[in-house]
Amino acid sequence: MASEIKAAVYDPLIDNNPITLQVLGVCSALAVTTNMMAALIMSIALTTVTAFASAIISSIRNHIPSSIRIIVQMTIIASLVIIVDQLLKAYAYEASKQLSVFVGLIITNCIVLGRAEAYAMKNPPGMSFLDGIGNGLGYSLILMAVAFFRELLGTGKLFGHVIIPVANEGGWYIPNGLMLLPPSAFFVIGLLIWLIRSIKKEQVEPADYQIHQVHRTEVL
Amino acid sequence: MEHYLSLFIRSIFIENLALSFFLGMCTFLAVSKKIETALGLGIAVILVQMITVPANNLIYQFLLKDGALAWAGYPDVDLSFLGLISFIGVIAAMVQILEMAMDKFTPALYNALGIFLPLITVNCAILGGTLFMVERDYNLAESAVYGVGSGLGWALAITAIAGIREKLKYSDVPDGLQGLGITFITAGLMALGFMAFSGIQL
Amino acid sequence: MTENTKQPGFVGKILNLPNDDPKKTIIVAALLCLVCSILVSISAVMFKPLQIANKEADIKKNILAVTGLLSEDVDVNTLFEQFEVKIVDVETGLYSDIDSASYDQYKAAGDPEQSIKLSAEQDIAGIGRRAKLAKVYLLKEGDKTTQVVLPIHGYGLWSTLYGFISFEGDFNTIGGLQFYAHAETPGLGGEVDNPRWRKLWQGKKAFNDQGELKIEVVRGHVDFKVAGAEHQVDGLSGATLTSTGVSNLVNYWLGDHGFGPYLKNMSALMNTAEK
Repeated sequence: MASEIKAAVYDPLIDNNPITLQVLGVCSALAVTTNMMAALIMSIALTTVTAFASAIISSIRNHIPSSIRIIVQMTIIASLVIIVDQLLKAYAYEASKQLSVFVGLIITNCIVLGRAEAYAMKNPPGMSFLDGIGNGLGYSLILMAVAFFRELLGTGKLFGHVIIPVANEGGWYIPNGLMLLPPSAFFVIGLLIWLIRSIKKEQVEPADYQIHQVHRTEVL
Repeated sequence: MEHYLSLFIRSIFIENLALSFFLGMCTFLAVSKKIETALGLGIAVILVQMITVPANNLIYQFLLKDGALAWAGYPDVDLSFLGLISFIGVIAAMVQILEMAMDKFTPALYNALGIFLPLITVNCAILGGTLFMVERDYNLAESAVYGVGSGLGWALAITAIAGIREKLKYSDVPDGLQGLGITFITAGLMALGFMAFSGIQL
Repeated sequence: MTENTKQPGFVGKILNLPNDDPKKTIIVAALLCLVCSILVSISAVMFKPLQIANKEADIKKNILAVTGLLSEDVDVNTLFEQFEVKIVDVETGLYSDIDSASYDQYKAAGDPEQSIKLSAEQDIAGIGRRAKLAKVYLLKEGDKTTQVVLPIHGYGLWSTLYGFISFEGDFNTIGGLQFYAHAETPGLGGEVDNPRWRKLWQGKKAFNDQGELKIEVVRGHVDFKVAGAEHQVDGLSGATLTSTGVSNLVNYWLGDHGFGPYLKNMSALMNTAEK
């Protein structure tokens, strides 16, 4: 049981990461990572919604009619997101302004629905909650990593605190403006995937065609 | 007329849902291995957007907005917090109806699309389009134009990247980047390319 | 079958129905809708006062910031008490009597009764409609008005920028210009938030001696050797369209279709008072 719990929480961090392996939840990973504070709040919001949604759906999983399965899941997820959105607007106004439409988009965030379908429908509430936490943490890890590079290289700051003094404000660092533009998120995640797959070779996708055998690790 | 044309062009190129706002990325990255499937999904997205954005606009204007229920005698009621859940409900319903209609009237296309039609319900680009429409307070005509335009933009983006990926199959990509990694970098370059459209004022 | 004898009640019978039974489908759907809507409505109602307070405090914070009064140590609401809020009829430039606390200028801009539609030539700020009445904030020291803060907004490159511009007691010298909401490109158009650029607006004059509106954002740097430099502000490098947008919106709101009449009235009043 203890090893199952560990697996549920730890696997999605690197071995089965929702973004870099399952290709889920990518939209918001690209859009809210210009600074670490926004990424942190988004991570917390998503982890909360995934965990509770999975737990709630799991607790009624034996009584959901198949004809309305998807809409039942979406209703539960949507209600949770609305509540989180209201909470943010009440207690973290600045952050909610930054996140704007992306909080609402947690509803369609494939991680939440994906885990609900893949795990919560077949497992008890306790484990589903942990699975939600695990996948949320995996998502958060990637989000914070991308935000780290984008904010540091783009503005010289982390969480709004100056780390590298910027030329515009009397320092020496000329910030990499590309990091603040949306496409940079694609590049950073691509490079992160390269890094992860160089370490964890089992995640490498096999090529469709063998071009030449010079540096391929296996012959097709 | 110019206003609508400008809105249309803007929503396809300058404010492309996939490459400028990163909506619908999961399907964008997962379904873009072959051009035929990408094109099919793109067409389905256009159809759904075309219907749901104006439909949601009507619901927002006459039911949910602050003061919207004035026609029913409740001018002080603000139901905008129910927006998210209503829009998703409308989208799910529309996709279901579209599925049934396509099954009856265009069975060939319906079979070609297969599983992708129901997957559109959870495509963030669809909900995102509606949310942008709400944020910018479009009227019904603008919503219709925006719906078609934004759907077309997304379809264009996914077909383009499918084309590039089909070519990439014959490229010598490093092991760690094979598949998903190189797709991300390609998408990033495409997004950079689309930024060239910013600042075009019609 | 043992479950039936353990849970013979009404609830048990429903739970034991096969999932695809239409009765159960309807009951599950109805219950779900009921529970979700109750929870969502409770949270919306419970948090609404806090959310409204947040929004208002945000506006106050921005007004204090543009007049340079914002302080970390003192509560925003206390500091804001130095301001008098008044409603101005934009077209005539005269004060209106309606209650300022409940008036929302941006909401009114969407209401056809409380706003006017701008023609293409008039609408240099790209805002479409303008409310007939606007909210202005006067910083009072006793009876004297030392600063006045005007709300302005207009379209930049990607988004509408919302901000405040403040004038000193002569209604011509700009005290500051700040935007509190926009979605311009970070690092380029987003540099409207850079404190060094904001500082450039301090002390600039909006009108020249003949009363003509001359304030503008130029391309590149202002040449201080040329006459008229007191009406010009440096453009943002790499952000021509945002800079042009800012220039246009400032010109709209300080012009004849914006607060122009109001500013002229106020400076005339001030001149007669001083005589």
